[in-house]
Amino acid sequence: MVEMACNMEQSKLLNWISMVGFAAMDMAEYLDTHPMDLDAMEYYNHLNKMKNQAERDYAANYGPLTLGTFTPENKWCWSVTPWPWEGGM
Amino acid sequence: MWNYEKRLQYPVHITQTNPKVAQFIISQYGGPDGELSASMRYLAQRYTMPYNEVKGLLTDIGTEELAHMEMICAIVYQLTKNLTPEEIKASGFDKYYVDHTLGLWPQAAGGLPQNAVEFQSKGDPITDLFENMAAEQKARTTYDNILRLVKEPEIADPIRFLREREIVHFQRFGETKRTSNLIPSLIQ
Repeated sequence: MVEMACNMEQSKLLNWISMVGFAAMDMAEYLDTHPMDLDAMEYYNHLNKMKNQAERDYAANYGPLTLGTFTPENKWCWSVTPWPWEGGM
Repeated sequence: MWNYEKRLQYPVHITQTNPKVAQFIISQYGGPDGELSASMRYLAQRYTMPYNEVKGLLTDIGTEELAHMEMICAIVYQLTKNLTPEEIKASGFDKYYVDHTLGLWPQAAGGLPQNAVEFQSKGDPITDLFENMAAEQKARTTYDNILRLVKEPEIADPIRFLREREIVHFQRFGETKRTSNLIPSLIQ
């Protein structure tokens, strides 16, 4: 039961990272062709901040999604946690 | 250089294998309008693109296409996971299987290998940008064709996401031809 609740939380956080990560990337492509749009830049900064925080939370609880948010201590979790194409995440 | 994010851009959770469908979805991996060719096209065109904004766009879209390639590979992998020899023979997947087992290999739906001849890098900014707009529409058409043949929600849902990105990228490439968007000091 505890494990199931934990997995629910994990997939919710991963979903959140997908959402804010997607929106940030979409805004980045928009900004490439609109480099003077201040409102878009503010929105991009807001999204990126949420994505970075969520990635750090995810790494601390479930293992790293990026090498940049990962400080190995006694196990190299980067390679041993499931890989994204396996459908389990 | 590049960094990897250990997640799919949009989730792929396929519970029912279907090697028949995998045989044509693989075209968006290694086919003429597939994601691999798309990524290579944009990343190759960057070097001679004279405008920094457009170099940025080619880099970011070329990078996103790699994430789309990963989604297509995940779909094909999950559609063909743990097949039995009987299922392989009955679905017509035997021709692919005999050369690649269940490994991922970039080919078109008709079996032709991925080929750089299928994408363009012409070194002329107007030519390349029109090429890219056409390429996004060709990929959108391919996704529409896939969606006419596939009704299973767990397959059609990520395919619809990929189809929408073709439309957004078409829009972005179109905007590059409006110089009013660019930083004035960069316009010669």
